Amino acid sequence: MEQFILGRLTWDSLPHEWFTLGGTCAFVVILLGVAIFLTRVKRWKWLWMEWLTSTDPKKIGIMYIIIAFLMFLRGGLDVVMIWLQQTIGTSNAPGYLGATHGYLSADHFQQIFTAHGDIMVFFVTMGFLFGLINLIVPLQIGARDLAFPFLNSLGFWLYFAGVVLINMFFVLGGAFAATGWLAVAPLSELQFNPGVGVDYWIWSLQVSGLGTLVGGINFVVTILKMRAPGMSLMRMPMFTWASLMGMILVISIFPILAMTMILLTLDRYLGMHFFTLDNGGNAMMYWNLIWMWGHPEVYVLIIPVFGIYSEIVSTFAQKKIFGYTSLVVAVGGITLLSFSVWLHHFFTMGAGADVNSFFGIMTMWIAIPTGVQIINWLFTMFRGKIIFKSPIYWFFGFVSTFTFGGMAGLLMALPPVDFQVHNTLFLVAHFHTMIVGGALFGIFAGFTYWFPKVFGFKLNERLGKYAFWTWLVGFFLSFVPLYILGMMGAVRRMDTYSPSLGWQPLFTVSLIGACIIMVAVGLQILQVIVSIIQRRENRDLTGDPWNGRSLEWATSSPPPFYNFAVIPQVHSRDAFWEMKKSEENKQHPKGATSSERTGLREAAHSVVAYEDIELPKNTPMGIYLSGFIFLFGLAMVWHAWLFVIIGLVGAIWCVISRTFDENTEYVLTAAEVEKIEKKNKS
Amino acid sequence: MSKIIKHHTNHQEAITKDKTIFGFWVYLMTDLLMFGVLFASYAVLHGNIFNGPSGKEIFDLPFALTETIILLTSSFTAGLAIWAMRNNDKNQVLLWFGVTFLLGLSFLILELTEFHKLVTEGNSWQKSAFLSSYFSLVATHGLHITAGLFWMLITLIKVKSKGLTEGLSRKLTLISLFWHFLDIVWIFIFTIVYLMGAI
Repeated sequence: MEQFILGRLTWDSLPHEWFTLGGTCAFVVILLGVAIFLTRVKRWKWLWMEWLTSTDPKKIGIMYIIIAFLMFLRGGLDVVMIWLQQTIGTSNAPGYLGATHGYLSADHFQQIFTAHGDIMVFFVTMGFLFGLINLIVPLQIGARDLAFPFLNSLGFWLYFAGVVLINMFFVLGGAFAATGWLAVAPLSELQFNPGVGVDYWIWSLQVSGLGTLVGGINFVVTILKMRAPGMSLMRMPMFTWASLMGMILVISIFPILAMTMILLTLDRYLGMHFFTLDNGGNAMMYWNLIWMWGHPEVYVLIIPVFGIYSEIVSTFAQKKIFGYTSLVVAVGGITLLSFSVWLHHFFTMGAGADVNSFFGIMTMWIAIPTGVQIINWLFTMFRGKIIFKSPIYWFFGFVSTFTFGGMAGLLMALPPVDFQVHNTLFLVAHFHTMIVGGALFGIFAGFTYWFPKVFGFKLNERLGKYAFWTWLVGFFLSFVPLYILGMMGAVRRMDTYSPSLGWQPLFTVSLIGACIIMVAVGLQILQVIVSIIQRRENRDLTGDPWNGRSLEWATSSPPPFYNFAVIPQVHSRDAFWEMKKSEENKQHPKGATSSERTGLREAAHSVVAYEDIELPKNTPMGIYLSGFIFLFGLAMVWHAWLFVIIGLVGAIWCVISRTFDENTEYVLTAAEVEKIEKKNKS
Repeated sequence: MSKIIKHHTNHQEAITKDKTIFGFWVYLMTDLLMFGVLFASYAVLHGNIFNGPSGKEIFDLPFALTETIILLTSSFTAGLAIWAMRNNDKNQVLLWFGVTFLLGLSFLILELTEFHKLVTEGNSWQKSAFLSSYFSLVATHGLHITAGLFWMLITLIKVKSKGLTEGLSRKLTLISLFWHFLDIVWIFIFTIVYLMGAI
């Protein structure tokens, strides 16, 4: 009976090691602190009504970014532990600080790098991107909300449930997977990993992956069906294009991930033999399947970011983007090609020279559309009048690091070279250059760029530039040594090595780089805090602080909850730029200053007739549903069948009651819209 | 004035319907990819019988053909139900979806009988990679059928009490889409698993 209720969970499995206990204490202290604070300021109801149950993509976007940032710190802590271990972890002779085998056990070290990879990809980069897409895409296409507002809320809460699940072992104990971030078989099979670690991995990613899939469907439908009148596909801003491509990738690959994890689950829970070593299982099938998801997944991370850069380059060079059509074709080409290269992650599998050559050549092909994009951006800036604000700094940082890392990638696309550097730190350095120098820099750029739109005031420029330079220096300092170490034969996921190899100085340089990055992150946090304190000085009253080009700048900052009082009519690309230009030609033939632009916007709004707006109601159902799914996942980890049943039945009940709820929208009357618009203006 | 409002609402409903059906199509495509993975793993593993039986030894073609005919018929009756829905004929909708439900249920019972037979003969999913992939593929389809039946039943109960409202008609359309989709997947299962397995 106890087995039925609690499953494998016993008193002994509760945390008793210093790192889990420390984590538990930290969590409890933080949660208590937040709870006390909320009670003090009496904000519980406000939090629940205005934020947690919200179906407004702007609020959901902000919540995504907050959670992603917290996870960024959590994943960053893992980094420091990994680097410290590798720096002092030489065996035989006492290393720095007198440690002989580093300060972590091999098993603990493995759990840390596994968690680091999963958190940074699934919960940080994906979280940030979904946040930005939620915030900006509806505004860019001139829509008031998403196609399925409830599903958006659900998607966020499933993501959050995944975040909690991956950290659950701090509270309930056990361990995390010690298998590497993809939990490759047969290592992740019951035979080698009978504990709860891999199960935590499976259910955390399964739950958050479901959220990602739901979000992907939602955005594809939104972008294809809900654009403002006149906005044909070829008039969409580049960020919307890139998001559409990214989301098409999401809906094409996340089913593969989900099913692959289900097959692993069937192996582990029902004794099937998909990837086992015995009874005819085929472990290499796991590698193929997981990378059929995994390679397009890295493009899910980078393609929306390409869109961010396109917007920023065009805005700060004050020119329309160079070669719009070729950019669209290039993004589409990358999307398609990303499906045909997965095998380059395991050239060493032994598929033979023909297969390896095919995938090697396909991999090199991807460099062409990527190069097209980089050339388009550079030509956009050519003869433009570049305004040097911090978002464009991140772009310059990106172009240099991304091209650098891309070249390393091209090297590894050659199977003979790959055989030399396969699974070495060279590879680790390569993909970090792409994901940090590419995706993360772009996320920071987009965050700085759109911050005034979302919050109504700009971020502090000076601290932003300091943060950028610190990041860039720290980044190269920590990853260039890894390229060299990889060439010297240092493998990845290595917790200890012989001091006679002479690697320790390079690892030390790398650790110093990591410390500089920590300073950079500190500067970013400081930047946000200082900007909030100085918000009065940096307030954006125009709604258009950067002299932008696309529709998100056509509404006030922050936008009203219905985004646009009147849905704009689009006549061309760079819709808002054209609107400004035609107004200027009418009123100020010699061009207008920023305060005059405010006047323009108001003038444009003063004559319009408002109409009733239908908006989605807030609903707690997303929280309830993902709460039950969370319970289901957690109970599955521990084989606590009673709670599995409760979670499942609860989830089904939520789905049924939501689908038959016909009362999900309300109408904001024209009079109310007018009242809010007048109040905002005064 | 009321006419304008009415027009406005109809327009809104048309947009909602359009979005919902398109979104459901996108979902179906993602589901198809999940089946794609199962088909792929079946294709890889179907020869790995590892001392267990091969497909030829366990598949009963006439039995699978019966299942197929029942499912295809249920798809046809679902089509009749949607036709009746377009004619706003509530009783016909209930009748034909009722028939669809019963056919779906009998398909499910047949499938479970087949599974039961295999397991009692000692050929469970634990025996070999081939059987693992066979059970997973067919049972995933079966689970979808179960979910579809459940969904159909609840919607029909609502239709009985509330009539063919806009929202419920939309749901019936989605259910029939889902049902036809499962039919197509089954045709592939029948061809790839049963027919090709029996040769």
